[in-house]
Amino acid sequence: MIIDADQVRKVAHLARLEITDTEAAQLTTQLTGILEYFEQLRELDVSDIAPTARAIDVSNITRPDELHPYPHPETFLVGAPNPEGDFFKVPQIINTQDVEP
Amino acid sequence: MASIRELHQQLVSKERSCTEVTEAALAQIQQLEPKLHSFLAVTAEQALEQARQVDAQIAAGQPIGPLAGIPIGIKDNLCTQGIPTTCASRILQNFIPSYESTVTQKLQNAGAVMVGKTNLDEFAMGSSTENSAYQVTANPWDIERVPGGSSGGSAAAVAAGECVVALGSDTGGSIRLPASFCGVVGLKPTYGLVSRYGLVAFASSLDQIGPLAQSVEDAAILLGAIAGYDPQDSTSLNVAIPDYTQSLIPDIKGKRIGVIQETFGEGLDPVVEKTVQEAIQQLKDLGAEIKEVSCPRFRYGLPTYYIIAPSEASANLARYDGVKYGFRAEADNLLAMYKQTRSQGFGAEVKRRIMIGTYTLSAGYYDAYYLKAQKVRTLIKQDFEQAFEQVDVLVSPTAPTTAFKAGEKTTDPLTMYLSDLMTVPVNLAGLPSLSLPCGFDPQGLPIGLQMISNVLCEGILLQVAYAYEQATPWHKHSPQV
Repeated sequence: MIIDADQVRKVAHLARLEITDTEAAQLTTQLTGILEYFEQLRELDVSDIAPTARAIDVSNITRPDELHPYPHPETFLVGAPNPEGDFFKVPQIINTQDVEP
Repeated sequence: MASIRELHQQLVSKERSCTEVTEAALAQIQQLEPKLHSFLAVTAEQALEQARQVDAQIAAGQPIGPLAGIPIGIKDNLCTQGIPTTCASRILQNFIPSYESTVTQKLQNAGAVMVGKTNLDEFAMGSSTENSAYQVTANPWDIERVPGGSSGGSAAAVAAGECVVALGSDTGGSIRLPASFCGVVGLKPTYGLVSRYGLVAFASSLDQIGPLAQSVEDAAILLGAIAGYDPQDSTSLNVAIPDYTQSLIPDIKGKRIGVIQETFGEGLDPVVEKTVQEAIQQLKDLGAEIKEVSCPRFRYGLPTYYIIAPSEASANLARYDGVKYGFRAEADNLLAMYKQTRSQGFGAEVKRRIMIGTYTLSAGYYDAYYLKAQKVRTLIKQDFEQAFEQVDVLVSPTAPTTAFKAGEKTTDPLTMYLSDLMTVPVNLAGLPSLSLPCGFDPQGLPIGLQMISNVLCEGILLQVAYAYEQATPWHKHSPQV
């Protein structure tokens, strides 16, 4: 196996996804199939080849660092899941217990 | 539905009002939507208001542009200020953008009438529009079948006359594949030709916005309206935009057309192969010089794409954390809130791609997958560069098959990915490409011919497509829904 269920759970944690045991099993099978499909790239020798990040590169695009006040800041807060005043409210960040698995 | 040019004539000659044209499109939507499900939202009120403004302009004797009063569908991954933009995802079900995308702003300024937001695979990830969290769009030629994806709503809406033209986005074939399956013209412009400001990002080195239309001419007019430099998009190309309608010359004598050998063979439906070969013969009959061209690394496009696109997607979709907008699952600590929000908000395919991308970018696997894919991308690009030293336009089938049945490919993700075999290498190289109808299979399903040209050579692409279209009857067929 290229990837096992433990690795799948680790990747899910990195991606901030919660997966059930059933999903972990299913994803292990599916990702194995997909990663095996990627194996064909081994047929190509790319040792002297430079990587392409963008097909058509436009680099060093800058703009003046100027402040443009947005006229309707309230529109951002209207759609927020839990706004309070001018803030986005989130659940407690620092916990007394270790929340990391 | 009439063409843009015909409708424009009717409007300026006051044969029909813009309100009447808009009402006709809305009536068609109302009649067909129970079967097709092309639209996630119909914006009737705003459409009629825009129509009234165009009518007032005409009444006041002011000149109107070619797109003024033309009913248009907008893929629901383009931000529209004050109008929900969901990306067909639960995670954005309550999202109302506070700004307008550059392309929709340009269309609004041109007087185009947006009739609604069209369905798509969630976050444009898919080849059948079945990954929408809200509804499955039907193919107007056979409602048991998929319209292709991810711009399936836009393609189905145009094919069925619910709007005259529509915008889609194409990361690996998401305009061309549905165009092929629905029998319409779909054009993916050169990477950077059209601003992506306000397009919800999927894979930023590949995404591009483009038109879906019933004819090459309509596609050319819409392309002209949306193309152009935009300082709001740092990948936008600062180039002069030609009048694409000037390229619509039905003469391709002496034009060099290359047939990509690697796109014919295993996995290609024999009916699609025969039909595309007939189309190539037709191009030859029209005076084009046909050459066999080899792109030896073409077939590596698919695995390369399915590393690069999910890698970029895993980074782009990290922003959906339930904090500032969209859906949030309540939890008692921040990490649990993130995880539950994303697990409940994203659908299976989006999660799968985030997983693939997170894995291929993770420490220890980055070189073997992501970096390797970027290097293969260079080889694929080189193949195209060499091909364009010999020819003006490359042709291939757009898809290995015609439209498949809903549910047929949903169990195995890899089978679904294979639908994109012919289209993804083009995005990796940033080239312009279109799909146009070139025939039907025995079940009456449309077959698409893919044409590809060199960077910023949309003109020659449109010229060859136009000459072919004018010499063949395919664009005159419409589905009976």
